[in-house]
Amino acid sequence: MTALAWLIPAALFLGLLGLAAFLWALKNGQYDDLEGAGWRALDDDPPGPQTKPKPTAK
Amino acid sequence: MEGAVRAQTADPGSPESNAAPAPARETHVFTAPEIMCGGCLKTIETALADTPGVDSARANLSARRVTVTFDPAVTSPELVVVAIKRAGFSAAPLIDGGDEIHAARVGELMPRVGVAGFAAANIMLLSVSVWSGHASDMDDSMKSLFHWISALIALPAIAYAAQPFFKSAYAALSARRLNMDVPISLGITLATAMSFVQTMRGTDHVYFDAAAMLVFFLLIGRLLDEQMRARTRSAAENLMSLKALTATVLDPDGAVRQIPSRNLIPGMTMIVAAGERIAADGVVQDGVSEIDESLISGETLPKPVSRGDRVHAGTLNTAAPLRVTTTATEDNTLLAELSRLMLAGEQTRGRYVRLADRAARLYAPAVHLLGLSTLIGWLVTGHGWEIALTNAIAVLIITCPCALALAVPAVQVAAISRLFGQGVLVKAADGLERLSEVDTIVFDKTGTLSMGEPTLALDQPIDADVLARAAGLAIVSRHPYAQALVRAARARGIPFESQLGVREFPGSGLAFDTPDGEERLGSALFTGAAVTDPRHLASLWYARPGRAPVGFRFEDRLRSDAPETIAALQAAGYRIEILSGDRADAVSDAAHALGVTAYQGGVRPEEKLNRLTALKSQGRTTLMVGDGLNDAPALAAGHASMSPSAAADISQNAADAVFQGEKLGAVLEALKVARRAHRMALENFGIAMLYNIAFVPMAVMGYVTPLLAAIAMSTSSILVTGNALRLRTMKLSLDRVTASRSKQS
Repeated sequence: MTALAWLIPAALFLGLLGLAAFLWALKNGQYDDLEGAGWRALDDDPPGPQTKPKPTAK
Repeated sequence: MEGAVRAQTADPGSPESNAAPAPARETHVFTAPEIMCGGCLKTIETALADTPGVDSARANLSARRVTVTFDPAVTSPELVVVAIKRAGFSAAPLIDGGDEIHAARVGELMPRVGVAGFAAANIMLLSVSVWSGHASDMDDSMKSLFHWISALIALPAIAYAAQPFFKSAYAALSARRLNMDVPISLGITLATAMSFVQTMRGTDHVYFDAAAMLVFFLLIGRLLDEQMRARTRSAAENLMSLKALTATVLDPDGAVRQIPSRNLIPGMTMIVAAGERIAADGVVQDGVSEIDESLISGETLPKPVSRGDRVHAGTLNTAAPLRVTTTATEDNTLLAELSRLMLAGEQTRGRYVRLADRAARLYAPAVHLLGLSTLIGWLVTGHGWEIALTNAIAVLIITCPCALALAVPAVQVAAISRLFGQGVLVKAADGLERLSEVDTIVFDKTGTLSMGEPTLALDQPIDADVLARAAGLAIVSRHPYAQALVRAARARGIPFESQLGVREFPGSGLAFDTPDGEERLGSALFTGAAVTDPRHLASLWYARPGRAPVGFRFEDRLRSDAPETIAALQAAGYRIEILSGDRADAVSDAAHALGVTAYQGGVRPEEKLNRLTALKSQGRTTLMVGDGLNDAPALAAGHASMSPSAAADISQNAADAVFQGEKLGAVLEALKVARRAHRMALENFGIAMLYNIAFVPMAVMGYVTPLLAAIAMSTSSILVTGNALRLRTMKLSLDRVTASRSKQS
């Protein structure tokens, strides 16, 4: 049972890590164009300066 | 998402504003509806990267938009549009229609969904341990620890994630109304508060998991609903931006410049070239031409204008350049139009109560009464306040309207994306629901049932040589008849040569000097033809020296699938009417070809409106399908309305849905999907009802444990959502509509 003392915090920490990653991705516009992102992955050229994702000013 | 339409952003290299004068940058959003594939993204972005002055460009495939940051000193939105057009896509600067409000709501809901999902998943893990602990060796201190950890997660998560419901419930209560969010907020608050008290006392009835999951599912429903509104709104904005006209303005100092029509002010002088649309209402100052007003009146025959005549925004100048002094523009600038129609739309929504809200009106008081009577019942029968409150809260949690808040938006999102794939853009958030209630369909003729452009009639023998010579003259003109003649010659594969030195006489026709004398193509008067058949008044004549003039008759051909579509609609029991502003004989020809018995020609806009009002007073719910400006009032008055995408912008604004392409079958498809979506929403209510019938008695009797509440709630939510998603791929047929369908509201 003492294992729970660190297993639960560890589980929660990992969960929070996932939540933080989701919120970060949301804020950076990763979900703005889901259809387009699928196609961009097939693009062989290295992303140039013109295709750099920019957080839009809100 | 694309909130910043016209945000001024500083150069990324120099964040401090008081640094050296950094070149200003502007970020504009453009709509480009032809972005259909992954390759298009790259084509557009590469083309824009090579455009001088453009810093960055990002195309968005889902929204069909391009966000461009550029240096306003080097380039302008107009030049960016030209660059996108050169890459092979039509584009227009986005006109801002309040999208950012909805985008902001979606953006506000997303992180809440994430937090609620995190909380629900983790609390559920702890709860499952506790529940299985009942059967094994978990002692009370461990159980209590798990409850405390759950409380630690649940309290902040719910306080943050459930705010949209609390705000909405508070707004409703301060207006002395009940809405769906009142029982939701009450359920969430009471469940959380009571669970906290129970945790402190160390007892079993802890509902943190149910509360967190409730918030999670309900937020998903809210998110789907907002996304649907944002999507319909953004479709409307894209359409309107593309329809926006630019005007060529002649300044008093003689300079000529291009400005968007919404920047026109009264008293400006516009130059309207032949073939251009007039950007604003005005008076002709100089020039003689013919104006195609088919979008305004449904009349296919162009109207001659000269100095002093009034011309209307959106009409097409066909023959010769005109100089037009603008008059009142404030009423027909796009932005004014937009806000006015949005306002009208809001009013319509006020009149129409959506299905979910109608259900909520019945449901919310029932839930409150049930919860209250459970509380009183347990108190009266001599149990303590604690047991009574626990059971009352269990009732509130079990009855929480997941089906209403989640299933109906899910059905609508599935229906709208299905229609979107078939070229039907639903613009009004409640448009689908209203479409499903229709039993009568009123069609406009010109541009709706027909193509809206003249085509050479096939019932006349025409010599190929004559057609070739006439087309050779006609090709220089932008008159609709001349263009139809050229199209006809091309379609028949007749080669013809463009003649040099053709003179155009606006309102009369074309003339060309040959060694033998003058060849003429134009009106009967101009060519000296003797008209015997009255139908030939509206036609083109070709005269050669020494020969009798040859007449060409034109007709406005019906859309290719119009007869089948009308037949299918009639077979399904819809009552069909045709109301057109065109000449009575043209309308009756079309009606006979389609097998429609109720038709009327030469109808003015206010008469169309009256007819719709009359139909409404007969108890019929009417779908208006039309494209012209003359249809706009009727479109706004119809219970539901649709427009083809070639329609006048005011009509598209008024319509609930816009269909693209040549096929009229889109109307049929939209009705099928709308009817099916309505039925699925009812099915989902049915599922929710069954589940309530099964679990509410148990909750009232006090048999519902936290475990049961959690299982019951999540299965019902998943069930109704899964049912809704079937609509995406389902094969549909149109069921018979009965005129005696009951009218709600």
